[in-house]
Amino acid sequence: MALAGIFLMLFLVFHLATNLLMLAGDGGAAFGNAVEFLTTNPAVKIMEYVLFAGFLIHILLGVALQWQNYRARPVKYHKALKTETSRFSRFMFHTGVIIFIFLVIHLVNFFFVKLGWVSIPGEAGEVADRYDFFGMAEVMFSNAWYVAGYILAFVFLGFHLKHAFQSSFQSLGLNHTRYTPAIKVIGTIYALAISVGFSVIPLYFYFIH
Amino acid sequence: MDFTLKIWRQEHAKAKGGFKTYPLKDVSPEMSFLEMLDYLNMQLIEGGDVPVTFEHDCREGICGTCGLYINGRPHGPMRNTTTCELHMREFTDGETIVIEPWRASAFPVIKDLAVDRSSFERIMHAGGFISTNTGCAPEANSSPISKHISDKAFDAAACIGCGACVAACKNSSAMLFAAAKIAQYAMIPQGKVEGKERVDQMVQQMDAEGFGFCSNTYGCEFDCPKGISVDFIALMNREFFSAKVCSQKRQ
Repeated sequence: MALAGIFLMLFLVFHLATNLLMLAGDGGAAFGNAVEFLTTNPAVKIMEYVLFAGFLIHILLGVALQWQNYRARPVKYHKALKTETSRFSRFMFHTGVIIFIFLVIHLVNFFFVKLGWVSIPGEAGEVADRYDFFGMAEVMFSNAWYVAGYILAFVFLGFHLKHAFQSSFQSLGLNHTRYTPAIKVIGTIYALAISVGFSVIPLYFYFIH
Repeated sequence: MDFTLKIWRQEHAKAKGGFKTYPLKDVSPEMSFLEMLDYLNMQLIEGGDVPVTFEHDCREGICGTCGLYINGRPHGPMRNTTTCELHMREFTDGETIVIEPWRASAFPVIKDLAVDRSSFERIMHAGGFISTNTGCAPEANSSPISKHISDKAFDAAACIGCGACVAACKNSSAMLFAAAKIAQYAMIPQGKVEGKERVDQMVQQMDAEGFGFCSNTYGCEFDCPKGISVDFIALMNREFFSAKVCSQKRQ
């Protein structure tokens, strides 16, 4: 769970870095170059399968974990637990489900278009071809509801990551009186950076571009 | 002080339980929580009712026998306090107090508020000990241990095995208990000898008992009456990975 999670957290950094190229103000030229490299490089192709495996392992383990935890307390308490633990940690499965729904929509909107499983969005000519992700982003992010939903998903991803980052270190036994406080701070910064970083892109397309 | 007690009553393990409400008057604020239940039971017996079954032994917070889920908190509203050390002055006059047993499939209810915690015993049998020859006390200076490490090991050994960690965990996980029992040996030379087998077997037994998985919510640490730190869970995880990777194949 933790190892797959760390892999996915690294992927998010890479994905965000690529996406931020859309904000370069060059009409998507730099982003287009990155997309071309990512869609043609054979090593990236292999990593794509590894990435899917990472997602699959993380999701399946999350469901298995939730199922066992549900079975571990067949009779619930009459009075709900009064605890002062972090809300982010208590609702990991719930935020996980929201992120999963977003992931499916995200794959249908972008990845499936690339594969040719879903038709190219927008009017004819708005999106050049099925590799024109910049054009697709322009079409998708012109819809206020899509922008709102997209940002909301990243708020929940931020909540998920806030706990996930430090939790993965704890699960791997990487706990130290000197470094754990720093890991917690870095985790918060990371969650915020991912959440804000991805949210800036639809806002840029909707309000500025 | 007057209270309204809402207590889980269940005749036996297979019976369907339910809450029963008991008004209780003239409770001294100096009474411990268990004394308050004794006081209720006296009245129930005098009235010809069956007294409430609850577990207790030392009544000084060291045996781990008592353990009630009081108003949504294992061992009640005070931190670092067992049920037996909780006093009625911590409640407000006229309050309704809801008392439930620990809830976990690995802790089935025996009767009323008493639960079967033999799953903890079986985890201990799986490796919660050191094998050593009996005889004279060995020369203390032959096993040097730093003060810092011995203090840490003692912090882990403070676990009384009451099960509040399981009761407080949203997943009913026993990780804090197992971690404390593994850590108390893992840090000292006497325990290192069987360290790898110990962690492997105790974790296996814990999983077999049907406890939930840890999701690092740390509710266990919050409600542990002995203040056992979740740092020991990280230590156990480290020990577990090390055992899985480095231990020799058994013949």
